Amino acid sequence: MKAIVNVFLKNGVLDSQGKAVHHALSGHGFESVRDVRVGKQIIIEMDESDAAIAKEKVAHMCEELLANTVIEDYEIEIQA
Amino acid sequence: MKVGIIQFPGTNCEYDTQHAFAALGCETQILWHKEDSIPAGTDLVVVAGGFSYGDYLRSGAIAKMSPIMKALKIYAENGGKVLGICNGFQVLTETGLLPGALKRNEGLHFISRHHHLKVISNENDFLRHCKVDQVVNIPIAHHDGNFYIDEAGLQELYANNQVLLKYTDGAGNIDNPNGSVDSIAGICNKAKNVFGLMPHPERAMETLLGSNDGKQMLEGFINA
Repeated sequence: MKAIVNVFLKNGVLDSQGKAVHHALSGHGFESVRDVRVGKQIIIEMDESDAAIAKEKVAHMCEELLANTVIEDYEIEIQA
Repeated sequence: MKVGIIQFPGTNCEYDTQHAFAALGCETQILWHKEDSIPAGTDLVVVAGGFSYGDYLRSGAIAKMSPIMKALKIYAENGGKVLGICNGFQVLTETGLLPGALKRNEGLHFISRHHHLKVISNENDFLRHCKVDQVVNIPIAHHDGNFYIDEAGLQELYANNQVLLKYTDGAGNIDNPNGSVDSIAGICNKAKNVFGLMPHPERAMETLLGSNDGKQMLEGFINA
C-alpha cells in the first residue's frame, strides 16, 4: 500500500517560496497566474492491507514528524 | 558549573559553544545524541547550532526523534536549564519545549553577518546581567530563522515576559532581517528555564573577533 502525503504551509502563514515562484512566473509572461504555493510531497510504501489503518498510521506520522502543525497542514491519500 | 552540549550528526557549533563556556570557567561535556540520559549534576544543557541531519524534512525535525531528546524533555520538565542556539532553537520548537516555529527566511537567503539585538526582558537567568533596551552585537547565520507564532501565542509571550530579544539596528530601532513575527530573535518558555535564540552568543566572546557581547549573556547562567 502506498501513502501520498502533501504538506503545505497553513493558510495565513506567509509562503515566501510560493511568492517568489509566483513573481518569477509573472515576470516570464505567465500573467494569468493568480497564486502559487510551494509544499512537499512524501511518498511512503507500507506493508499494510487495510486502507483505514494505513491512513491512521500515516496521520500519526504526520503529527509526530512529517508536518509541523504549528505552521503546516497535511493531506493524506492512500493508494492500493 | 557543569554544561552539557548536545551533538547530533550535522551539529557544527558544539566546539565553539564548549570553548565559550570553558572560557567562562565551566566544566563542559559533549553529549552524543544517542545517549539516553543527561549526566547527573548538569546545570545547563545547550542544544548547539549547525545543521542536524542536514536540515532534512525541516530544520530540527529529525533531531527531535533522537534518544537524548526524551531525556532532555524530562530534564526540562524537572526545571533543568536548557539553551537552544540557532539550530538548537529550531530543535526546541520542533520538540515543543518552546512555542512557535522557525520558517524559511522571508527573503529566502541564508544570512550570515553580525546583527544588533535589543534586550526586551531580563527577568530570567539568561539575560539577567543585561539591561532592558540594551543593544548587543551578535552574529546570525541561518536560513530558517523566520520566527512564527499565531496572534494568541504572541500575546501570551508578551504577557509572561517570554520575548527576550528582537532584531534591531545599532540604535535599537527594529530592523528585521528574516521576517520574524515582531522581529523576535529569542524567547523562553513560561517557566523561564528553556531559552532559544537564532543569533550566536558563543561566537561573540572576543572583541578581536568583532564583539564580546555574548559573554555578558552566557554569564547569566553562571551561579544562576
